[in-house]
Amino acid sequence: MNAIFQSLQDQIRSAHALQLPLRIGGGGSKHFWVRPQGSQVLDMRLYTGVVDYQPSELVLTVRAGTSLSDIEHLLDQQGQMLGFEPPHFGPDATIGGTLACGLSGPRRASVGSARDFVLGVRILDGLGRDLSFGGRVIKNVAGFDVSRLMVGAWGTLGALMEVSLKVLPKPPFETTLEWAMTELEALESMNQWAGQPLPLSATSYQNGRLRVRLSGAEVAVRAAMCHLGGEVIPEGPAWWLQVREQRAAGFSAQRPLWRLSVRSNAPPLGFSGAVLTEWGGSLRWIASDHAPAQLQRAAQEAGGHALLFRGGDPFRPLGHPLDPVLMNINKNIKQVFDPNNILNQGLGV
Amino acid sequence: MSVSLTQAQVAAALSQWLPPGAVLTNPEDLRPFETDGLTAYRQLPWMVLLPQTEAQVQSILKYCCEHHIPVVARGSGTGLSGGALPHAQGVLLSMARFMGILDIDPLARTARVQPGVRNLAISEAVAPMGLYYAPDPSSQIACSIGGNVAENSGGVHCLKYGLTLHNVLKVRAVTMAGELIELGAQALDGPGYDLLALITGSEGLLAVITEVTVKLLPKPQRAQAILAAFDDIEKAGHAVAQIIAQGIIPAGLEMMDGPATRAAEAFVHASYPLEAEAVLICESDGTPEEVSDEMGRMKAILEASGAIEIRYSQDEAERLKFWAGRKAAFPAVGRLSPDYYCIDGTIPRRFLAPVLKRIYEMSREFGLEVANVFHAGDGNLHPLILFDAAKEGEFERTEAFAGKILELCVEVGGTITGEHGVGVEKINQMCVQFSPEELEVFRAVKAAFDPQGLLNPGKAIPTLHRCAEWGGMHVHHNQLPHPELPRF
Ligand SMILES: Cc1cc2nc3c(=O)[nH]c(=O)nc-3n(C[C@H](O)[C@H](O)[C@H](O)COP(=O)(O)OP(=O)(O)OC[C@H]3O[C@@H](n4cnc5c(N)ncnc54)[C@H](O)[C@@H]3O)c2cc1C
Repeated sequence: MNAIFQSLQDQIRSAHALQLPLRIGGGGSKHFWVRPQGSQVLDMRLYTGVVDYQPSELVLTVRAGTSLSDIEHLLDQQGQMLGFEPPHFGPDATIGGTLACGLSGPRRASVGSARDFVLGVRILDGLGRDLSFGGRVIKNVAGFDVSRLMVGAWGTLGALMEVSLKVLPKPPFETTLEWAMTELEALESMNQWAGQPLPLSATSYQNGRLRVRLSGAEVAVRAAMCHLGGEVIPEGPAWWLQVREQRAAGFSAQRPLWRLSVRSNAPPLGFSGAVLTEWGGSLRWIASDHAPAQLQRAAQEAGGHALLFRGGDPFRPLGHPLDPVLMNINKNIKQVFDPNNILNQGLGV
Repeated sequence: MSVSLTQAQVAAALSQWLPPGAVLTNPEDLRPFETDGLTAYRQLPWMVLLPQTEAQVQSILKYCCEHHIPVVARGSGTGLSGGALPHAQGVLLSMARFMGILDIDPLARTARVQPGVRNLAISEAVAPMGLYYAPDPSSQIACSIGGNVAENSGGVHCLKYGLTLHNVLKVRAVTMAGELIELGAQALDGPGYDLLALITGSEGLLAVITEVTVKLLPKPQRAQAILAAFDDIEKAGHAVAQIIAQGIIPAGLEMMDGPATRAAEAFVHASYPLEAEAVLICESDGTPEEVSDEMGRMKAILEASGAIEIRYSQDEAERLKFWAGRKAAFPAVGRLSPDYYCIDGTIPRRFLAPVLKRIYEMSREFGLEVANVFHAGDGNLHPLILFDAAKEGEFERTEAFAGKILELCVEVGGTITGEHGVGVEKINQMCVQFSPEELEVFRAVKAAFDPQGLLNPGKAIPTLHRCAEWGGMHVHHNQLPHPELPRF
């Protein structure tokens, strides 16, 4: 077995035996939001490299410490990409950290989320057990879908060691259109267009401007452009990168940045401090000093939930309260994988 | 189960929450529930319950939990792995009366439906709005959405549009203790661990699904299909790989081998080329511009891969005709033999041809004919083994052959089930695909929802004891010592 893998496994085993907290360390690029505690670090950056990549299978298997940039570069050479267009939030982002945080970018509403693209994982759980779930094929229903359970679990159920992902061909052609609109009109448009057979691949609304990215065969994109109207903006690629990396105006506001995940056609939520709406209306970023409970209630009434993304305590990230029955199941699940609660303390349920 | 309670006592207790006629105990009433789509396994349930409301489901489960009575949920009973096979001392909870489409939100493109609603009924209900529900199992006229979620079912269009998992937003369910849970949200994600992913494909082991909110997609403006024939299975396999490698994700990419093609042709007269050793059906959908573009590119690839015949569907009728044979492949093969057994392994696409050749060899070794139908785009194989149950020992030989095919799938890095689930059928092969520790995790995950193990016991997850007794070998991490060496 790989020596690095072995030493990481030994480290977890002894932490488990001694009941010492262990923090799983990737590139640290999400520490503004989520930052595990623990005197010892399980350094995932040591465990890197491509295990298997078969472009004609649309499947990539990598070690979790591999940097997102390296992966994107590799895929790009084959005309492929990570469909969920993950944000990096820094040069050192790893694929493991990205999946542990369950982060997806602008393309999410059209093609799916980080978890949707996960086909299989190999993990070391809180007992140091070397476990594999899912696989390297597109369809697989053997056993419970533990691999997708890992996505967004913040490493509290195990250290992701290797992940298999479905990848997508890059669209041959893309363009970005813009309209001046009110928020209400923009929400209406985003939802209506998503219900038509159009090659939408991203949407954003900010400061009275709706932007839409179209991706696909050139003929199809051009036909959609004729249908939709709007104004072509040349800085499209730069704009979607800014949205993805939260470098667009408003994201650096001094006030806490909230992420409200809601029903796509929920009416404007009415908070001041709206930063940006994306994902066809499903994701609304708000910089606000409002009481957490108020934002959470509003999100819940709009069919979703709210969490504090920037400007909170990353050692104790503020999520959305869970109902007691679900909380109980979440705790039971944690028990399965990390009974001594050594992994990423402070982030668990 | 509490030994003290008789069937009559339990039936009487449960009747207090249910409308008249919703508790069945007479053997003739139980008979229709004794098997699902995997008819080789039969078991009369102790009793059948037909609740209509979530509150009734809660009361039933709470009662059964308190009295340690096993419960098996059932949708339409089309499952192909015995997932809904009844428990002799348990109640069979039929969800067939949950038939309501509760809410359709055309703007948000979602539908909230009860679990007994048939898959196709959702698409039919939203068709006037230009929408549809994408996952389309071949059983879609009959199977229920609750069953689809429980099995994470796929269809011929899932390479492009995803499985059930990718098309469900939210599930309401009742735990064995009778408690209501909501997993997922009307939004694109929910708080806490992703239990929605966990319940999808959980084969009725974690909770009883009482409501499903699905995503709807806009109906493509146009769909067109190509029928391509090959004189060699290897060339067809190569064409499949090339299409994907060239950056095309066809709406459908299906393959049938020679025997399946000839059986289908004899049954539906779709004018499939009879001399072909493999037939591919490639479908493109989208805007008219997109479709013409993609069709042109696929045609070039198919020609370069050595197709002996290529036909385009000229109109909707012809497109449906191309599909008719594929969709009727199971019954078509069924006409060739008294019985057939459908297998459901998945492999990396590049092994299509070698795996098929190995299956033919095994077919000779076992002395049983086989016809192959694939969701080629996803590498999902459905070999159909022909046998005669009336002949002494033939079913046992068929099961052994099926087991070998599944083990072959695992050996090349695939899985024992792509979409039909483990159920009772593939429970032994779980010991091949997973290590004892992994199986232990599955059991613990089940216990996280159902500590007493009363929901669908004995399905999907083998006990270690069972694995030891069966003696199957676990191939660690799907890796053999020298994966680079050819094994055929
Ligand atoms: C001719 C034919 C073609 C098929 N084609 C395909 C195909 O193309 N793709 C595919 O994926 N499958 C296919 N199948 C298999 C089958 O149709 C699917 O697995 C389907 O999803 C089962 O749905 P059902 O309602 O019949 O479920 P059932 O058979 O009744 O139950 C299946 C499992 O789900 C559980 N379950 C059912 N309802 C609930 C509920 N409400 N809550 C919790 N658990 C529940 C049961 O306990 C059982 O374990 C086919 C079957 C046939 C007979």
